[in-house]
Amino acid sequence: MLVQEKGKVLVKQETLALNGDEAVALAAKHSDVDVVAAYPITPQTIIVEKFSEYVANGEVQTEFVCTESEHSAITASLAASVTGARAFTASASAGLALMHEILFVTSGSRAPVVMAVANRALSAPINIHGDHSDSMAERDSGWLHIYVENAQEAYDSIIQAFKIAEDPQVSLPIMVGLDGFAISHTLENVNVLAENVVREFVGERVLPMVMTHEGKSVPFKLDPDNPMTMGPNVSSTFYFEFKRQQEEAMQTALKKIQEVNEEYATLTGRSYGNGLIDTYQLEDAELAVVVVGSTTGTLKVLIDELRAEGVKAGLLRLRTFRPFPTTHLQEALKHLKAIAVMDKSMSFGGLGGPIFNEVRNALFDLKQRPLVINYLYGLGGRDSNPVGLRKIFENLQQIAKTGQIDMNIVQYLGLKE
Amino acid sequence: MTTTPTTTPTSTSTSIPEEWKFTARDIALKPDLFLSGHRACAGCGPATVLRLVMKALRGPTIVTQATGCMEIVGSIYPYTSWGLPWLHTAFENAAANASGIEAAIKALSKKGKLKQEHIDVIAIAGDGGTYDIGLQALSGAIERDHDFLFILYDNEGYMNTGIQRSGGTPTGASTTTTPAGKIIPGKLEKKKPITDIVLAHDIEYAATATPYYWKDMMTKVRKGLEVKGPAFLHIFAPCPRGWRTEPSKTMSYSKLSVETCTFPIWEAINGKRTLSTPSKMYSLSPQKKKPITNYLEGQGRFRHLFKPENKHIIDQIQQVTDTNWQKLLKQCETTT
Repeated sequence: MLVQEKGKVLVKQETLALNGDEAVALAAKHSDVDVVAAYPITPQTIIVEKFSEYVANGEVQTEFVCTESEHSAITASLAASVTGARAFTASASAGLALMHEILFVTSGSRAPVVMAVANRALSAPINIHGDHSDSMAERDSGWLHIYVENAQEAYDSIIQAFKIAEDPQVSLPIMVGLDGFAISHTLENVNVLAENVVREFVGERVLPMVMTHEGKSVPFKLDPDNPMTMGPNVSSTFYFEFKRQQEEAMQTALKKIQEVNEEYATLTGRSYGNGLIDTYQLEDAELAVVVVGSTTGTLKVLIDELRAEGVKAGLLRLRTFRPFPTTHLQEALKHLKAIAVMDKSMSFGGLGGPIFNEVRNALFDLKQRPLVINYLYGLGGRDSNPVGLRKIFENLQQIAKTGQIDMNIVQYLGLKE
Repeated sequence: MTTTPTTTPTSTSTSIPEEWKFTARDIALKPDLFLSGHRACAGCGPATVLRLVMKALRGPTIVTQATGCMEIVGSIYPYTSWGLPWLHTAFENAAANASGIEAAIKALSKKGKLKQEHIDVIAIAGDGGTYDIGLQALSGAIERDHDFLFILYDNEGYMNTGIQRSGGTPTGASTTTTPAGKIIPGKLEKKKPITDIVLAHDIEYAATATPYYWKDMMTKVRKGLEVKGPAFLHIFAPCPRGWRTEPSKTMSYSKLSVETCTFPIWEAINGKRTLSTPSKMYSLSPQKKKPITNYLEGQGRFRHLFKPENKHIIDQIQQVTDTNWQKLLKQCETTT
């Protein structure tokens, strides 16, 4: 079909029934990855299964490395990436936790590996269902974090991820989070692009150029023609500067994510807010929720209902968590009376969940601050339905009315107590 | 160095092509790829090993290394001792690094994006990074049949962190985590038979070597590289700091390890084990085999064993060494 929007003819797209994992695998295939190194774990497994089919049927030229652990999966992805290959992996939960050590090595080595994370709870007790505990625990690993709302966005974001991560000015790894089961295993209509269109959009991998000790400019990779020592032993004399450069790249990524979001919109007609944040009925809203991932869809239905009832409710979906879009959040939320930040993971012993902490921190510098509370919800796959979510807005209405928070600042949604 | 590999993947020791034999002249003429200026201790066995190994290459090569002494001493930013592309990521994953590098080479080569016709991949790890923390990644990479050579330099302990016991530390050795105390006389457990474990993967080429017999060691590097698939080389490398030995005696202990049959040198091609010439002598003339005390004495890590109350441990080490040697002789016989 030809998608037509605002009188502009966009590229031809095909509508397929895909679950989130299948959409991710297809996006990786369309992006012409050189190396996939992965290990199975629920709810990510469909991604590697699907990709294995492409390999077995000769539909890709990719080297598929079925590693003996997630630790080796991320290691092999990193090593392939610094050898000049486009590398992709996928994981979840315990698998991501096992990768923990090498996640830092990947970002520190400036290897633009793309990873899909089918977000799942962490043990113990063991639980295979969706929440954000796994990737939130990797907040400070130096990876870019994007969280998607549905299978369509999963497909689109994986394609975009290669373009963002591999930009020589960024050169950082990126994880794209899709909610376990709610997105990973749920069949949706997904508009997909032709393979050649994606390949052209993503382009061939362009390596950053670095200066050798002889003053020669060479591509940053393991290359027998230009021997380079990668992963050296760096003392206190230089280590700090390496870390500062990573932060600089994060800030460059903040712009790159927005650019790629716009470029993709021109091609496909689809965009996700400005790439960093995506809002719904927020402009004239008085009350709003800040949310990550698939619960957004349910909240939009609820907001429509509330609007019909005359409640000025709105929503901000945080699509990019790292780099954190501080000024964009300030701008988008400054006019609100009360905000509920939703966290699908816990920071035990802290004041609320990780997203709450970041959002509230970002709003601190506003002259007129909205009142902010935190909702912990959905842990271990606990369902979040419109009836339960309505309670959030009831509390926000009360806070807005009284101008103060007369309740615990950290609330539990749908908890049996 | 040639740019393309020769085609004989597994020549037996009786028919080695000329270019696989190394002479002192070859070594002198070949440029160093593990360069001087590194921060290894005086008399470091592994440093000698790396310098010689890097002179046995056959073409474009990428080296990856596990965390350890040899990783640290050669890559102190902004300096490097490496004259070829080199990667370090962590301790337990040298073989996984090699997997990723090899997969990238294959993929880029298929797509015509690689200039070189072939690139060899070598993973290097110490005994900690092989026997212990790196064993899973190594086993996985061998099973997946990646084309790489894994070189274990075995100095029998975690020397980089200050001489702790590893799965490769021998019985009786005093280390900082198995100190010779009033009750416990050093490490009580056996040394893990790592090369047997690797051989159990049906690997095409596995061998043991030690730098005193440098020609043998370098030829084995070359043979390992010729294999189209995984190959494993176990190099015994004395560590003066960890063994509490004279830095000038490193090569003497390398030699004594073979002369006492503590560390016999052999190779297995497609499972067929053959003693290498230096060790074969003790098979042909068993009377020439030296007693274990010749090897143990002078090593500070075994000093406590020479107290009268610990004599039984020396006897036990001798007995185990003899048993292992007899077992190896049988394995060489049965596979001949």
